[in-house]
Amino acid sequence: MYSQGLIGADSRTEETDEFLAAFQARIDAEEKIEPTDAMPEGYRRTLIRQIGQHAHSEIVGMLPEGNWITRAPSLKRKLALLAKVQDEGGHGLYLYSAAETLGVTREQMTEELHAGKAKYSSIFNYPALSWADMGAIGWLVDGAAIMNQVALCRCSYGPYARAMIRVCAEESFHQRQGYEIMLTLCNGTKEQKEMAQDALNRFWWPALMMFGPHDGDSAHSEQSMKWKIKRFSNDALREKFINATVPQAEFLGLTVPDPDLEWNAEKGGYDHGDIDWDEFWRVVKGDGVMNRERVQMRKDAWDNGAWVREAALAHAGKRAAKVAAE
Amino acid sequence: MGDVTPLWEVFIRPRNGLAHKHVGSLHAADEALALSAARDVYTRREEGTSIWVVRSEAIAASDPARAGENFDPAEDKIYRHPTFYKIPDDVGHM
Repeated sequence: MYSQGLIGADSRTEETDEFLAAFQARIDAEEKIEPTDAMPEGYRRTLIRQIGQHAHSEIVGMLPEGNWITRAPSLKRKLALLAKVQDEGGHGLYLYSAAETLGVTREQMTEELHAGKAKYSSIFNYPALSWADMGAIGWLVDGAAIMNQVALCRCSYGPYARAMIRVCAEESFHQRQGYEIMLTLCNGTKEQKEMAQDALNRFWWPALMMFGPHDGDSAHSEQSMKWKIKRFSNDALREKFINATVPQAEFLGLTVPDPDLEWNAEKGGYDHGDIDWDEFWRVVKGDGVMNRERVQMRKDAWDNGAWVREAALAHAGKRAAKVAAE
Repeated sequence: MGDVTPLWEVFIRPRNGLAHKHVGSLHAADEALALSAARDVYTRREEGTSIWVVRSEAIAASDPARAGENFDPAEDKIYRHPTFYKIPDDVGHM
């Protein structure tokens, strides 16, 4: 998260074969790449896109849960949810800073999100309908995110890896508080347990989609693996998540909504049913239940906060002028 | 959109006895807002007892293109390290 403004470095690179080979050799030697290092334009662009999407996901991810803060069933749950949503805001800011080291501005990224040009995780385009969804989101959505982010702690780009280490350290509480909500509901009344099952039914498949398309259909995967931006494939991480999560569902006494889910002793993991990729692409391309509302809320927050940003800058400017005149 | 809110670098002292360490950056209109945002963004879990914020543009940095000529010469100055000098074991710890 060093500033891209530290020196007036010229980010243009002449991508000769020698340059690309030398860069790949640094990556292969597990050297970290830092903001002012020469890097191929493709590496820079891939990271700007990926870190930007990741930051937007954290920020948009505040919305479904933020909506439940005033309706949390106890003070303890309200405090936990407030802290979690505040963490997500912080995570978005670490990530925006990391992306900015690559030469993109915060304003550019914000504009792209609002214009629908930048994506964010498709999971946040599903509605959070009941309190049990706060449990399912913490347990499954944060659980899937952690699976991804732990792998990114070893990303070849220094500022991204450092941001991820911080995010992972903070996020473990998110998953645990979610699972505890599920546990409480499952030990409660019949209706409460049904709420928990309903939340699992709605969030299971979208959580699996969070890992992205199958390896064969993933547009950027191969080059990203070569550059060590990604360390594990989408499918490998998805399998890992399923293997970790199914026993947790069993402990809750809940049924994973996949009739084809079966333990495969030979591979030491679960076989599972087909993911509805039509639904995934529909939601990614903007036709999920909540896409329009989520982006509209971000736009409103930006527009309604404009006077605050302007006033703060005007105040700072006047004070600086006064100091200069003294 | 008007003026752009400037960028600051944030340094935190984890506890007394340790130096301030760079932890990240943020945008803020002035130093008071930068300190307040740094507290919210970087110290939610007892990470520190003191915060510095510095305008990013106020930092002068060495040129990465000259990292070789700046830092490589130190590699062959092994006589700057204590292990370069041979002292008989009989002398004891020195």
